Amino acid sequence: MLERINRAYTQIARATKTLGRKINIMEVCGTHTVSIFRAGLRDSFPDSLKLLSGPGCPVCISDHGYIDAIISLSDRSDCIIATYGDMIRVPGRKGSLEQRTKQGNIKIVLSAEDVLKIAKQHPDKKIVFVAVGFETTAPATAVIVREAKQQNIKNVFVFSNHKTVIPAINALLSEVNNNIDAFLCPGHVSVIIGSNAYLPIVEKFKKPCVVAGFEPMQIIDAISEICKQLADNTPAVASVYPAAVNEQGNKTAQKIVSEVFDEGDGYWRGLGLIAQSTLKLKNEFSEYDAEKQLNIEFIPEEDLTGCRCGEVLCGLIDPPQCAMFGNECTSDTPVGPCMVSSEGACSAWFKYGRRRRRRQ
Amino acid sequence: MSGEIVLLAHGGGGRMTDELIRNVILSAFGNFTLNKLTDAAEIQIGQNSISFTTDGFVVKPLFFNGGDIGKLAICGTINDLAVSGAKPIALSMSLIIEEGLEIEILRQLLNSAAKTAKEENVEVVCGDTKVVEAGAADKLFINTSGIGLKLPKANIGFERIQPGDKIIISGTIGDHGMTIMSQREGMKFDTDIQSDCGSVAHICANVIEVCGEDIKFMRDPTRGGLAAALNEIVRQTSSAIEIDEEYIPVNPSTKAAAEMLGFDILDIANEGKVVIIVSSDKAEKCLSVCRQSKNGKNAAIIGQVVKSDEPIVELITKIKSRRIVQMPYGRELPRIC
Repeated sequence: MLERINRAYTQIARATKTLGRKINIMEVCGTHTVSIFRAGLRDSFPDSLKLLSGPGCPVCISDHGYIDAIISLSDRSDCIIATYGDMIRVPGRKGSLEQRTKQGNIKIVLSAEDVLKIAKQHPDKKIVFVAVGFETTAPATAVIVREAKQQNIKNVFVFSNHKTVIPAINALLSEVNNNIDAFLCPGHVSVIIGSNAYLPIVEKFKKPCVVAGFEPMQIIDAISEICKQLADNTPAVASVYPAAVNEQGNKTAQKIVSEVFDEGDGYWRGLGLIAQSTLKLKNEFSEYDAEKQLNIEFIPEEDLTGCRCGEVLCGLIDPPQCAMFGNECTSDTPVGPCMVSSEGACSAWFKYGRRRRRRQ
Repeated sequence: MSGEIVLLAHGGGGRMTDELIRNVILSAFGNFTLNKLTDAAEIQIGQNSISFTTDGFVVKPLFFNGGDIGKLAICGTINDLAVSGAKPIALSMSLIIEEGLEIEILRQLLNSAAKTAKEENVEVVCGDTKVVEAGAADKLFINTSGIGLKLPKANIGFERIQPGDKIIISGTIGDHGMTIMSQREGMKFDTDIQSDCGSVAHICANVIEVCGEDIKFMRDPTRGGLAAALNEIVRQTSSAIEIDEEYIPVNPSTKAAAEMLGFDILDIANEGKVVIIVSSDKAEKCLSVCRQSKNGKNAAIIGQVVKSDEPIVELITKIKSRRIVQMPYGRELPRIC
C-alpha cells in the first residue's frame, strides 16, 4: 500500500514540475466523490493536487425546471410519483416532495421494476417514474418501458432525465475558463459504455481520462496514472479497473438503451443546455413519455438565489466558498441539490470535511 | 424543525430524532432524571438504586436472519439496562397486534422472546395486549420495559470520561442494519449476513466485575450506529474521540452490502454490541474479559478519547488520512428495530 501511495506522490511531484502550477483533476461520479471523502484522500495529497467534484450525481445535475415539474405533477390527484429516495428532499420553488408525503401519492422505489408493480396496484392512477441517473440506471428504465409495452400496461409514464457522461465532459472542457487537467472516469458507467468511449475526448482536448473503481487504493493508482501522463505529456485513455471495464462496454445494455431511447438536448444544472446529452423516449414509445402525455410545464430556470451548486458542479468553487454552506444549507436543511444527495459534493464536504464553516 | 409533520427521519436515531426529543418531548415532560437522556433512568428507592427503561419495537420484517422481533424486544431492553451498569431483573411486554396476524406467527415470536428471556435469566412479569383494525398497525408492534439493580461496582457516567481513555467495541459493526436492509421488499439480495441481535448483559457485567470504576461509560450503538453513539459521547464531554478504521471489526459481507447500497458502515445499526470507554491502564484487561464473554469474541480497541477544543469524532482512515465522523441524519433505515 505504502509503495503505491509513494508512487502517486512521485508522479504528482513530476506533473507539478512539468505544468509549473497546481494540478486539477475532476471526478464525474458521485460514488467517487463519497469514496474520496470517506477515505480522507483530499487531505492526504499535497496542496499541489486539487480534486474537483464534477457533475457526477444524478440528483445534483437535475435542473430546476425538472424538479419543479415533478413537484407540480405530485400535486395532481390523478398522479402517483415513483422516485428514487434522494430526489424527495430536493427543494423546488414550491417546496419538496418530502413535504408532500402525507398526500400518499409519493412512492420511493429501490429499482425501476418496482414501478410496474405500483402501476398494477393502482390501475386508476398515472404512475410517473422520475427516471434519473447516468448510463448505469438507463438500461433498467429501458427494460420497464419495453415490459410495459409487452404487458400492455397503459398507466406508466417515464419522465426521463437520464444523462450521458461524455457530452458533459465535452461541455466542461469546451468552456474557455475551465481549469481541468484530467478526468477520473467513473467505474460503473464505464462498465456500460466501455473505456473507448473516452477516446474522442482525449483526441480533441489532449486531456488524460483514467477509469477507476471505488476502492481508495484504486483511486490513488488512477491519480498516479493521470499525473504520469501529465508529466510525460502523453494524454491517453487508461483503466486501473481492468477486471470490470473493457474497451467496448456492455453491448447488451447499450442495445436496450438504444432501442428505447434517442439522444436529445437537455438541461444540466450549472452547465445549461447540452446537445445530445439527455436520453428521450423514442417516438414508438411516446405513449409512455410523461413529457408528451402529461402536459408538463417545463421552465428551465436558474438556481435559487444564493445557491451556488451550479458553480460547484463545474469545479469553479469548493462548497465552503458558497455563503450558504453550513449556515442556511446543511444536511438537515438542504437548499441546493448538492447538499441533498448523499453523493453530492456539498453533502460529502459537510459530512466528512475537517471543519464546518459557521457564520459569525 | 422542517415542516409541521413527523417524518420517518425523526425516528432514525440521528439529528432529527434528537431535535424531536429536545423540542417536543422534553418540553412536555422534562425533569431532572429524564433530561439526562441516558439509556436507562436511575431511581433511588430506599437503599437500592434501580435502573428503569422502556423501548418500542417496530422492525420490518418480523423475522430476519439472526433473529426476530420477539428476541429483539427482549435483548433491546436488557441491553439498555446492562449498559447503564445494572443487572436486569424483570421485564414487561405490551403487544399491539394488527387484526389478521396469524396466531401461529405470534406464537413463534413469543416463544422466541421467552427463550431469550430464559437464557438471560430474566422474566416477563407483566404485560398488555391490544388489537387494532387491519391497516392501523403493521402486523405486530412490541413495547418492553425493564427494571434492573445497579451493580455495586458500577460507576458510569459521561462526566467520568477523560482524555486518554480507550474505546472498545464488542464486535463487528453494522450487521443488524445491513441484514434488515438486505431482506427488505424490493431490495432482496442474497447474502450470508446475519443480524447481531443479542444480549450484551454478560459483557457489561463481566467488565464491571473485573475493571470496576475503570469502566467509565457504556452504550449500545443501535440506530445511527457507532457514528451516533460516539457523537453523543463527545457532545456530553469536552473531549474529542479518534478511532482507527484499521481496527474496527467489520464482517466482509456486511461491508460489501453497505458499499453496494452506498451506506457508511459507521452509521448502520447494531443490536448486540456495546461501546465501552475504559481507562487506558485497564484497556487490555477489559478487552480480554470482553473476548471471553458471550457475544464478545470479536471485541477490539478501536480508538481513544483525546483532548481537544472541539468535540468531534475523527476517523483515521485505512490510508492513514483523517476525516470527521458526523452524527448521521437518520433517514436511511426506517423501522430497523
